[in-house]
Amino acid sequence: MARTVIPFGPQHPVLPEPVHLDLVIEDEKVVEARPSIGFIHRGLEKLAEKKDYNEFLFVAERICGICSAIHGQTYCQAVETLMNVSVPPRAVYLRTIWGELSRIHSHLLWLGLMADGMGFENLFMHSWRIRERVLNIIEATTGARVIFGVCKVGGVRRDIEPDAIPGILAELDSIEKDMRDVTKVFLNDKSVKARLCGVGVVSKQEAWDLGAVGPMLRASGVAQDMRTLGYAAFSDIPVVPITRTEGDCYARCAVRCEELFQSVEIIRQAFNRIPPGEIAIKVTGNPAGETITRTEQPRGEVVYHLKANGTKHLQRFRVRTPTFANLPVMLKILPGCDLADVPMIVLTIDPCISCTER
Amino acid sequence: MSPDAIDIVPLEALLERVKEKRDRGCRLVQISAARLPEGVEVTYSFDLKNRLSNVRVLLPDDGTRLPSISAIFGCAVLYENEIQDLFGVGIDGLALDFKGKFYRTTVRFPFGSTKAPAPPPAPPAATAAAGPPQNTN
Amino acid sequence: MSSFSKSPWVIHYDASSCNGCDIEVLACLTPGFDVERLGVINTGNPKHADIFLVTGAVNEQCREVIRNIYDQMPHPKVVVAVGACASSGGIFADCYNVAGGVDSVIPVDVYVPGCAARPEAIIDAVVQAVAILERKRKEMDAETVSKEVA
Repeated sequence: MARTVIPFGPQHPVLPEPVHLDLVIEDEKVVEARPSIGFIHRGLEKLAEKKDYNEFLFVAERICGICSAIHGQTYCQAVETLMNVSVPPRAVYLRTIWGELSRIHSHLLWLGLMADGMGFENLFMHSWRIRERVLNIIEATTGARVIFGVCKVGGVRRDIEPDAIPGILAELDSIEKDMRDVTKVFLNDKSVKARLCGVGVVSKQEAWDLGAVGPMLRASGVAQDMRTLGYAAFSDIPVVPITRTEGDCYARCAVRCEELFQSVEIIRQAFNRIPPGEIAIKVTGNPAGETITRTEQPRGEVVYHLKANGTKHLQRFRVRTPTFANLPVMLKILPGCDLADVPMIVLTIDPCISCTER
Repeated sequence: MSPDAIDIVPLEALLERVKEKRDRGCRLVQISAARLPEGVEVTYSFDLKNRLSNVRVLLPDDGTRLPSISAIFGCAVLYENEIQDLFGVGIDGLALDFKGKFYRTTVRFPFGSTKAPAPPPAPPAATAAAGPPQNTN
Repeated sequence: MSSFSKSPWVIHYDASSCNGCDIEVLACLTPGFDVERLGVINTGNPKHADIFLVTGAVNEQCREVIRNIYDQMPHPKVVVAVGACASSGGIFADCYNVAGGVDSVIPVDVYVPGCAARPEAIIDAVVQAVAILERKRKEMDAETVSKEVA
């Protein structure tokens, strides 16, 4: 059988973002996948030389528009570590709440794209309908929908008034009910299962060796979640990583479905325990030293490596995003799959190319 | 994180040290490079049971090449290709070498290069090479 | 309004956007905003499209892709630059790999402010684009008529 090379991307209906794969196929089976990236490479890490450490926060939040909140939070945490700043507890809780809200919106967004990828238009629309409700809470509390810039070095920019909390919690209860309905379809529908079960299997050992992170790693049975490190309010609110053992597309979908409810529970607990007080402290001086800070994004572990030398510009800003770490696994599981399953496998790593290429 | 969590090793000891990490069951978290006045510093971070450990080497600006760890950790190829394209570091033994085509940047080696000594400052024409990269339009 | 502009078809391309504007473009098409009820259809094929929505600043990689999509679209066509990056390069204007806004490659008719651009603003821009589309069509018709007369 002769080999054929099929280009996948950069503009492809299942990808909202451009990435390119050369798929070498024999008959209908993929035998090799060669990536080529760089369509969204902006070179923002080098902007740290032009913008001071406070301005650079806005760049960090724009590494990716979907995981923006946690990028901002991680950047602030890293700079605060360098400057020995301790953030007021109320601010820490607010960061956690917004972080988890954005995890819910990101997972719903992914579920929608996944449904769209398998041709289940109805499910796509339902997922995004619920996502709009989450965005409404975000907009009401922060003033923006996707890139909301509430973090700053030393705390947060906005407070959630105590009398707004019961309304948010009631809305969250109703959203949770909606999510139960839609995840039931993802987990039980025959056509969804036929499309996802047994596709793109990664063993526990393979996932670990290839450096997978986030839901990708957890779906293969490794209980790793950076939130267990206890950053932000996770020192008070314990997180038990959600895992599955199958390691296939279905398991990855199931992990994300369950994480939706985990995040709802974290937000509830955070609102119950949120202490009163200041939401920010004044930060003076410039950062110095070096830190490697890790947090859990919707897509997995993100690593910020900052070096500073006491000037207002960071000496080096580097971020390793979860999708970058998940690409090797994707390239490993593509060979051997059917050409028609390629979109499913690519989607289940929840690719965020903008994060990856920076 | 205190700086002593970073283990600075000579270039010759790198592969051996990385192998030790793999044998202990570590996961490769990231490889990051940073430009310093005297060269490029490459940091390898590993994770085991949520504990981070780091190995670091320094490449002087004299064309010294970095040995690839891709035979030990397969997923290192992406990081190493990135360092090759952005920092102009020559890397030996890459399992998958994009040959400078991983990131196709407008400016070649935006973070400088270790392949040749830095160009001497002086004539006005050379300042562009020393200063921040310029957009073409 | 002619039947032509009652159902404008749009094509969306992500130049080097951070995703913020892209998910807002998608949000326009899903419940909550749902522009499909107004006849706007998102297509993946440039030859079906009337309106070109571009998000993100332009870098060396995507310059050709944008040009290519634009050239394939039939006349009349309207280009909408969605968000600060597409309009001017935005926060990334100083990056080494960013060449500038979309207007550095193709002519832009409507600019949408915002980082990220809000769905309301994007819909508003599409409405403006429809008016421009209508005008361009009339001009085209007039040209054809004058050629036939001559």
